[in-house]
Amino acid sequence: MTELTDLSIADAHAGLLRREFTARELAEAYLSEMEAARGLNAYVLETPEHARAQAAEADVRLSRGEAGPLEGIPIGVKDLFCTDGVRTTACSRILGSFVPPYESTVTANLWRAGAVLLGKLNCDEFAMGSSNETSAFGPVINPWRRADDETPLVPGGSSGGSAAAVAAGLCAAATATDTGGSIRQPAALTGTVGIKPTYGRCSRWGIVAFASSLDQAGPIARDVRDAAVMLGTMAGFDPKDSTCVDAPVPDYAAAVGASVRGLRIGIPREYRVEGMPAEVEALWERGKAWLVDAGCELVDISLPHTRTALPAYYIVAPAEASSNLARYDGVRYGLRVGADDIVGLYEKTRAAGFGAEVRRRILIGTYVLSAGYYDAYYSRAQKVRTLIKRDFEQVFDGVVDAVLTPTTPSPAFPVGSKANASPVEMYLQDVFTVTVNMAGLPGISVPAGLSGDGLPLGLQLIGRPFDETTLFSLAGAVEKAAGRFTPKAWWR
Amino acid sequence: MSVDAATVTKVAHLARIAVTQEEANRLTGELNAILGFVEELSAIDVEGVEPMTSVVAMQLRLRPDVVTDGENAKAVLANAPASEDGYFLVPKVVE
Repeated sequence: MTELTDLSIADAHAGLLRREFTARELAEAYLSEMEAARGLNAYVLETPEHARAQAAEADVRLSRGEAGPLEGIPIGVKDLFCTDGVRTTACSRILGSFVPPYESTVTANLWRAGAVLLGKLNCDEFAMGSSNETSAFGPVINPWRRADDETPLVPGGSSGGSAAAVAAGLCAAATATDTGGSIRQPAALTGTVGIKPTYGRCSRWGIVAFASSLDQAGPIARDVRDAAVMLGTMAGFDPKDSTCVDAPVPDYAAAVGASVRGLRIGIPREYRVEGMPAEVEALWERGKAWLVDAGCELVDISLPHTRTALPAYYIVAPAEASSNLARYDGVRYGLRVGADDIVGLYEKTRAAGFGAEVRRRILIGTYVLSAGYYDAYYSRAQKVRTLIKRDFEQVFDGVVDAVLTPTTPSPAFPVGSKANASPVEMYLQDVFTVTVNMAGLPGISVPAGLSGDGLPLGLQLIGRPFDETTLFSLAGAVEKAAGRFTPKAWWR
Repeated sequence: MSVDAATVTKVAHLARIAVTQEEANRLTGELNAILGFVEELSAIDVEGVEPMTSVVAMQLRLRPDVVTDGENAKAVLANAPASEDGYFLVPKVVE
């Protein structure tokens, strides 16, 4: 028999239903993998007692024939999702030892389906970063290393802990969030599958807010089918989030393996950026060929405002963050640094509690929203956003069914390698993913090959609003052609 | 557009984040790098374009204006750094 932790969600679920092993045994197998992989720093909090209790309940339901779709499946949760009675920090000092008295809707949906919580996963502080290096708990180490080279690499970010844990087999799948690429970029850098659904598909209630018009939850998983099963459970209407859409959730898993014959795939010329490594270009070419082999038709398209998405994002996202993060004041929860007066208390608490990148973004956001600058920056950026969305609307209106691009401009890079660079250099990691958030569209990253150094690279598929189904079918076709990618377990 | 250290100090105060002179100097360079990056947008023609208010065409739902929650003072205060008699404690704000 293979190791329990090697099983996909579908296989583990089947094994549990057939009583080949128990949910408790499956949870124990993961807990011991987690213990052996602490050097990766993927988890910021392990919850073994919680896991054992939930697994025991799952075993009871399994024995009664009342199994949910994720019954007994052990998962990790990005530390941005509030978990009732379990410390939630957004990987920031300012939340300290915050213990939410409530559960996020997305995680509540997962527990209702029978999933088991293994622990909380590392991420960039308040999800602001593309390398997981801004976390107050320190960086996550990518389970992938270059061939014959032990240099520690970043797993991407902000959902770096989620991606690393899934790639290293430290959970069956993980929750993540994506504001500018935070699911898809780390998925690409770790050889995992990550989908950011359409804005409004998952409830944002109980997820620590970064930029509310861009934030969406989604899964990171080992394969396309697992991602489909996870999203199908995470998504759904929630009256507690006024932007959450009241529409039925399709059977995403049924879309995996469905024919993609006749689908028209847009290839946007603007995604061929200067300085893009030849291997990323070659990967894109292979992706096109695979989809043609599967019966798709390629269409050259133009999305003329692509270049403006990243600059517009760095106005909109910090502006919304400066507003959202105003709540951390040292009064109601989290860290407090004492002072003689209330303003001093706010200022000292926030100076001590927020890390450098978060402070930077709050200041940019405050500046672009301040009197006299609003029209020049924020209002203009929101108009540019309309143009970005219009680009996609024009191609999705009868020209193409989905768009294929690389997920990232490069594979994983060494920890600390961008420490002295301008903040903008790190921002460029999201150049291919951020357009999707700005337009509110669904995007999936699927592993498609290895770089010359042996590091995973991903392809991104972008779909029409609420057409995740087509993305799962297309990603399934890419996966079928490309195969799966698993790192060597050097960390054990 | 760019900022100087005095503007950074003013913005930091608006954001209620204490910064030392040295930090303000360093942040000036960092913020100007970001502002330089977003400067590209000033070249885009946005004449007659509506600013985006929602990425998904939807109407905000209304709900009945009734109490749905409450009587949770203990849970609300559970994470407070300082509280007393059911209240959050802050430094004296009224003389």
